[in-house]
Amino acid sequence: MFSIFKKELNSFLFSLIGYIVVLVFLVGNSLFIWVLPETNLFDSGFASLDTLFNLAPFLYMFLIPAITMKSIAEEKKTGTIELLFTKPIVDMDIVLGKYFACSLLVLFSLLPTLVYYVSVYFLGNPVGNIDSAGFVGSFLGLILLGAVFVSVGIFSSSLTDNQIVAFILSLILCYLLYQGFDLLSGIAEKGAVTLFISQLGIQYHYLSFSKGLLDSRDILYFLIVIVVFLQGTRFKLESRNW
Amino acid sequence: MSVVVKNLSKKYGSQLAVDNVSFSAERGQITGFLGPNGAGKSTTMKIATGFVPATSGSIEIAGLDVAKHPLETKRKIGYLAEHNPLYLDMYVHEYLSFVASIYGLKNTKSLSAQMVEKVGLVREQNKKIGALSKGYRQRVGLAQALIHDPEVLVLDEPLTGLDPNQIVEIRSLIKELGRDKTVIFSTHIMQEVQFLCDRVVIINKGKIVADKSLTELKNVGQDRKVVHIELATIYDANSLRNMTGVLEVVELTQNQAKVYYSEQVDIRPELFKWANESGNSLLSMKVEEDSLENIFYKLTS
Repeated sequence: MFSIFKKELNSFLFSLIGYIVVLVFLVGNSLFIWVLPETNLFDSGFASLDTLFNLAPFLYMFLIPAITMKSIAEEKKTGTIELLFTKPIVDMDIVLGKYFACSLLVLFSLLPTLVYYVSVYFLGNPVGNIDSAGFVGSFLGLILLGAVFVSVGIFSSSLTDNQIVAFILSLILCYLLYQGFDLLSGIAEKGAVTLFISQLGIQYHYLSFSKGLLDSRDILYFLIVIVVFLQGTRFKLESRNW
Repeated sequence: MSVVVKNLSKKYGSQLAVDNVSFSAERGQITGFLGPNGAGKSTTMKIATGFVPATSGSIEIAGLDVAKHPLETKRKIGYLAEHNPLYLDMYVHEYLSFVASIYGLKNTKSLSAQMVEKVGLVREQNKKIGALSKGYRQRVGLAQALIHDPEVLVLDEPLTGLDPNQIVEIRSLIKELGRDKTVIFSTHIMQEVQFLCDRVVIINKGKIVADKSLTELKNVGQDRKVVHIELATIYDANSLRNMTGVLEVVELTQNQAKVYYSEQVDIRPELFKWANESGNSLLSMKVEEDSLENIFYKLTS
């Protein structure tokens, strides 16, 4: 697994895609937080990074599929999957190697946002007047959200040998998973059922993180979704038909 | 027996690609796997290397079933796939080290350097694989198949895309490897079979049509032999036809002929006498062997 992980990571380091994704993510966030009217921090007058945490899931919805789309689809297209399948490793090694490499890249893109925290910390009046618990929660929530999106992206990539199809598929799946259930729950009348439906989506759990609540049930939810998609990928690979 | 194929069948949808195939290959032997396109050669090799599962039957590598012990058997096999899939954006050494690390080998750098030397890639070793020509890519494919010093080598058309000089080099490399490994390779080039193989397995439409040593194969369907003769002057074909043992005479020119004779008697001394007695002189006499191409054609069409 580790050799696959290393190979994938190298391919990000030596190709543009990794750098572009990190750059777009940071530039996008910075624009909304510091520059653009309506959303920028100075006009709002509050020392909070809510803008970042509301925007980031939507940026990731586009950027993470761009990272993951080639992971398995390209191996199938070029036939190099035959190389991996005939080596003494199990299919899950391939899946996990790719999964962790993509996840690490996503984590890299997130780390520089700590600078925002420091900036806002000092911008506060008095200095340090920021909801630190909320930030930590949201930050952790965003890491988990990214981890889920990566598993969705890898799964989509395993379904096809066409990178564009993989991209669009994972974009749709990520959106549905993030907001689809919430929208669906709005159809029915309020009650236990609507609560249950919205709990199936990511947004419900993600928002609870941003309140600074670290609930083990929310963490469990993210982990379960990741495992489901990675297992799905493995089943797809094991079937050996595409 | 280091490779044993038992009653192997593979269905793709309703099409039977491999139909009840059984054969075996021993250590120290090079087995040529022949057959027309679409005969099931690659499919058999893909099952042996664990890329696709068999529909029924089994393949054993060194006594272990590939379906039941995939990791152990894959470790024993070096495989060069038909289309030689490679990561084109990787450097030669980077790629070979990657493959070595997948096998869990420690000194990946020095292994990669050894392999580059072995397959003759030294001049191209610092390039990206994508920048290499087809022949050199083929060598990279061969190098990755050899890097873990496998007991069994499965090579699917290893000589395609090589120039004549490269063919000679790679051929001698395979020959050398065949001394202490089990080598199974597929090809369309009959000359290679003649140079390399100890044994030949011919497969057609998923079924085995021949499984013989090279010398046995050359004698297939050889109930008669043919000798090409050249005489100094005009000869009398009819007197030749009356000679005992002669089956057929094909007159090529006034002084040349092809004489078919039954395999039981060697008519060459008689031919020599006949030429002398009829006042002619025999300039040349050459026994022609049925070519492997012809045998291949007879067996697979």
